[in-house]
Amino acid sequence: MASEHPRANLKPLSLHVPEPKFRPGDTVDFGEVDVPPAGSIRRPDTADKAQTFTDLAYTMIRVLDEDNRAVGPWDPKLSPDAMRRMLRNMALVRAFDERMFRAQRQGKTSFYMKSLGEEAVSIGAAAALADDDMCFPSYRQQGILISRGCPLVDMMNQIYSNTGDKLQGKQLPIMYSERRFSFFSISGNLTTQYPQAVGWAMASASRGDTRIASTWCGEGSTAEGDFHSALTFATVYRAPVIFNVVNNQWAISSFSGFAGAEATTFAARAIGYGIAGLRVDGNDALAVYAAMSWAAERARTNQGPTLIEHFTYRAEGHSTSDDPTQYRSAGEPTAWPLGDPVTRLKDHLIAIGEWDEERHVAQDKELAEMVRDAQKEAEKNGILGHGLHQPLDSLFDGVFEEMPWHLREQQQQMLSEEEASGRPWARK
Amino acid sequence: MNMIQAINSALDVMMARDPDVIVMGEDVGYFGGVFRATAGLQKKYGKTRVFDTPITECGIVGVAVGMGAYGLRPVPEIQFADYIYPALDQLVSEAARLRYRSAGEFIAPMTIRSPYGGGIFGGQTHSQSPEGIFTHVSGVKTVIPATPYDAKGLLIAAIEDNDPTIFFEPKRIYNGPFNGHWDRPAENWSKHPGGEVPEGYYKVPLGKANLVRAGEALTILCYGTMVHVCLKVVEEAGVDAEILDLRTLVPLDIEAIEESVKKTGRCMIVHEATRTSGFGAELSALVQERCFYHLEAPIERVTGFDTPYPHSLEWAYFPGPVRIGQALKKILKD
Repeated sequence: MASEHPRANLKPLSLHVPEPKFRPGDTVDFGEVDVPPAGSIRRPDTADKAQTFTDLAYTMIRVLDEDNRAVGPWDPKLSPDAMRRMLRNMALVRAFDERMFRAQRQGKTSFYMKSLGEEAVSIGAAAALADDDMCFPSYRQQGILISRGCPLVDMMNQIYSNTGDKLQGKQLPIMYSERRFSFFSISGNLTTQYPQAVGWAMASASRGDTRIASTWCGEGSTAEGDFHSALTFATVYRAPVIFNVVNNQWAISSFSGFAGAEATTFAARAIGYGIAGLRVDGNDALAVYAAMSWAAERARTNQGPTLIEHFTYRAEGHSTSDDPTQYRSAGEPTAWPLGDPVTRLKDHLIAIGEWDEERHVAQDKELAEMVRDAQKEAEKNGILGHGLHQPLDSLFDGVFEEMPWHLREQQQQMLSEEEASGRPWARK
Repeated sequence: MNMIQAINSALDVMMARDPDVIVMGEDVGYFGGVFRATAGLQKKYGKTRVFDTPITECGIVGVAVGMGAYGLRPVPEIQFADYIYPALDQLVSEAARLRYRSAGEFIAPMTIRSPYGGGIFGGQTHSQSPEGIFTHVSGVKTVIPATPYDAKGLLIAAIEDNDPTIFFEPKRIYNGPFNGHWDRPAENWSKHPGGEVPEGYYKVPLGKANLVRAGEALTILCYGTMVHVCLKVVEEAGVDAEILDLRTLVPLDIEAIEESVKKTGRCMIVHEATRTSGFGAELSALVQERCFYHLEAPIERVTGFDTPYPHSLEWAYFPGPVRIGQALKKILKD
């Protein structure tokens, strides 16, 4: 029968399943990662048409060169004070992460996610935006809150779900919500914040406001349908929004190839939608700042949305529940060709005579103490699992604006059950 | 007014009263909607308040969540309830939970309008009644009107409400109170008291059922198109049934239900949606829990069958006069 098939002479098809270059035990060589020289990429006018950005979507905007100088048309020419602020904020994020990661290991909270190696993405962005531009972050942009001056104790209270947690212990640790810092409530569902940011931006534009919106997702999450609908909406209504794709190479255990990175860049996704696309060295705080400032100006002058791919590396596990040694080579973080964002900005400041190693060490010490003090303060409000930190009946608050009868009944039932059980929760 | 005109009027009234109210969806702008529910609104209020959207339901609802976070009061339309599923993540994971997860920092004061229900030869994807999916989600309200008067009053109440509301419009009764007799001439709203709709602002409160027929023999719980079908069947059978139009499924008017069933001792639940895990199951459980010692017969459910909505076999599927009539005999005999 087979020989009678009209296509019997064709070779069988084969299915391509992407595979990362390095697995546990492999020696890492990132030589194939294309890293253009700092300063070599053009800086277009913010009013240029989206279809003229093809080259920018396939290369990488870099400011800091191998000699720690800031070079080229994207150099934002920030004052030393501004750069020192960014350096300090990045170091603070790192110290905070370190402390909270350890707190999880000590059983003080259930969960934490670090942003090690990606600090420039959030700190550079927050520095470029106005403080009242609305951010729709994913779960790895804690740097925005820190940059905007959110008290560390408040963040820790949320992580500990304690009496000081203004989210009443309802949210998983790090799913912050900080309206006062224009930081939208974080959701566990990936990329849902993308169309929401567009909606906020459309609302701002329809009201003749001057504020813009910005949103973040990882490269893995660009595969979600919300990514497509958000970009479509944004281009249709020319929404004043900045899309950030944090390409840290890994979505838990899946390398970026499973989001399409083998065939193209994530910045290039913008072009097909008619959106300006930039690809930046995400470990170069000045490049991130410059690209964000450019996109913010484009949005604020009604020229429409921009998508920025921040090319970086997730130096830690995905979360405290993840062990990256199970799926990638332990050598990857150190071999990463774009280095460490904190070290690079520090070395630049030193190179221009505006910083030194002693001050840096002293600052790290100061920040570690600051974080430790905040932690002590937060732990006065309790840690997870040690007693009940929120009134039991608050479980039912906020489902609706007003509690309907069925929730009131369930609330009453719960309270009576607790009381009847003699459990220690019958409280307060 | 017919129901379309009543809905149009509710939108008009609310847009005039509140500059934060905006209307968007597929074909709702210039064209005025495939059912004409938004006709004339764009011309009157401008393109930044009434506009067409790309064909992406998850985008429409996701964008509405963001607009709500800004401070607007969006009224997005999903062209058919059968096409609301791409937006489920935004509805269930986002709109419904935003207030809870942010402890009230952000809210989603949106009203999602969507034509729903069968009886129009809509086949599998223009006939569905997915209300049970939404009543299962904590944080959203679900509203289904049965008359033009209620449609306008409930829609105004939903738009003013600060919680996300699913507003399902039974498209079979857009033009008239369909009584289940598909083989007889269609009626229109002009001869029905529910078609008398005030021009201006008024509200029908959410969470309050409507007693459409008082009776002693049994209680029928229904909503949407089925209100009219049940009325007709009861009238033809000469049964003294009490008929409650629930109007709002969440929050439910439990007091009205209890009061009625305790009086009649019998309860029949009628909805177009498929049976298993449908809203009728919740109603049945509530009645059983709360009126157990008053029940003189098992609770009856007359619903769509547990199949996708068929095209040519529509009238065998639809819980119309024949099926409700048989159930009436059974419950009164028991």
